[in-house]
Amino acid sequence: MDNLPQIVSVLGDGIPETVIATLGGVLLTIVLSFGAGLLLLSPSRTARGVTRVYVEGFRGTSEVVQLFWIYFVLPVLVGFQLLPLFAGIVVLGLNHGAYGAEIVRGAIQSVPRAQYEGAIALSLSPAQRMRRVIFPQAFVEMLPPFNNLFIQLLKSTAILALITVPEVTRQAREVLIPNYGSDTLLIFGVTFVIYLILAALITLGMRLLERAASARLGRRPSRAARLAAKATAGVAS
Amino acid sequence: MPLWDWNYAFDILPDLVLALVTTIEITLLGSVVALLLGLVFAVLRRLHIPVLDQVLWAFIEVVRSTPLLVQVFFLFFVLPQFGITLSAFVVGVVGLGIHYATYTSEVYRAGIDAIPKGQWEACTALSLPRLRVWTGVILPQAVPRVLPALGNYVISMFKEVPLLLAIGVVEVVNEAREIGSLTFRYTEPYTIAGLLFLLLSYPASMLVRRLERRRAAA
Repeated sequence: MDNLPQIVSVLGDGIPETVIATLGGVLLTIVLSFGAGLLLLSPSRTARGVTRVYVEGFRGTSEVVQLFWIYFVLPVLVGFQLLPLFAGIVVLGLNHGAYGAEIVRGAIQSVPRAQYEGAIALSLSPAQRMRRVIFPQAFVEMLPPFNNLFIQLLKSTAILALITVPEVTRQAREVLIPNYGSDTLLIFGVTFVIYLILAALITLGMRLLERAASARLGRRPSRAARLAAKATAGVAS
Repeated sequence: MPLWDWNYAFDILPDLVLALVTTIEITLLGSVVALLLGLVFAVLRRLHIPVLDQVLWAFIEVVRSTPLLVQVFFLFFVLPQFGITLSAFVVGVVGLGIHYATYTSEVYRAGIDAIPKGQWEACTALSLPRLRVWTGVILPQAVPRVLPALGNYVISMFKEVPLLLAIGVVEVVNEAREIGSLTFRYTEPYTIAGLLFLLLSYPASMLVRRLERRRAAA
């Protein structure tokens, strides 16, 4: 227990890298999910085919292989090396974007057919149809699965330790284990707590977003989203 | 030097395939742990035993929200201090198994919740013993419906095995890394490793999707 302050401080040094990797990965995931998700529904066969290859390619292989490939193989092929953190963000985004594309596609397809027909009857243009009618309804459906996906992404940032990114897991493994070998329980206990807190923050953020999105549709948010809003009611105002 | 050397690629293929066998072994053994332990978790939580219920809930939440890699390190570095030393291979099987048991327990729970209330009531009416209710009535109906979801988790486990290179398990990616460090050529080993994953997991996920559609149609 005597070493607790040092352990917390060394692990704390890794938190910015973990958070940056998560946020960067989430950002890229969102862009790729919507891009690829919409392309999967495109009328063009070629667009659908190319997107399918991306989605199945990244869903079908191991994330560690993807990471090593981009970090070790790509430099040989294109002649420049990505910074470890940047390579990590790219892989996290590409990998989870492939899963996110299926979420987006599924949510848009789950909007009832009558909503399309209603929008056509009102002679909305295809763009208006998507932006005003279909998308807002699909968006609410996407939020819970995206919450899970982002927590998966947070957990995946640990593999960046394998390409020398000094994030929380690497700090624990490479800095603390060799120096405080008798405090392993404490080291990994604190590590677990850090990830739990970060995961809870993601869930809280997503629940608030879900509440706002349902309110926009004039729907009642889910029970979990209401509880999250209640818990932060004092903080937000 | 060419970007891709076919002779080299064919030379290293046997070693990579051999390492793939280790990957598959860990996947299968880990799946056995995950599928059985997940079922135990699901049934125990359904029984609502005070204290145990809360402990189990907390355990599942912690395991689900923290990285598998950290859990693997935990088993590998912490357990020996308590006199339990496991080989890297066993740590891999146990780590993957426990991690995915928390996911499969949710799948089983959904399957059990989907059983109509009348089935439970009929069991009570027939005054079947507790054990028979589970083994004879509930599980035979609940498990087949969730098979596709369980299959997806087995495929996910397969793709997570390479994490274990961090504790020295020689699976495909670690083998690729070792080959690369001997020859200073990484393109072929890592590319082949990736293709091997795709070769197995893509058909497997197609199979699961077909199963899913068959269930949906039935």
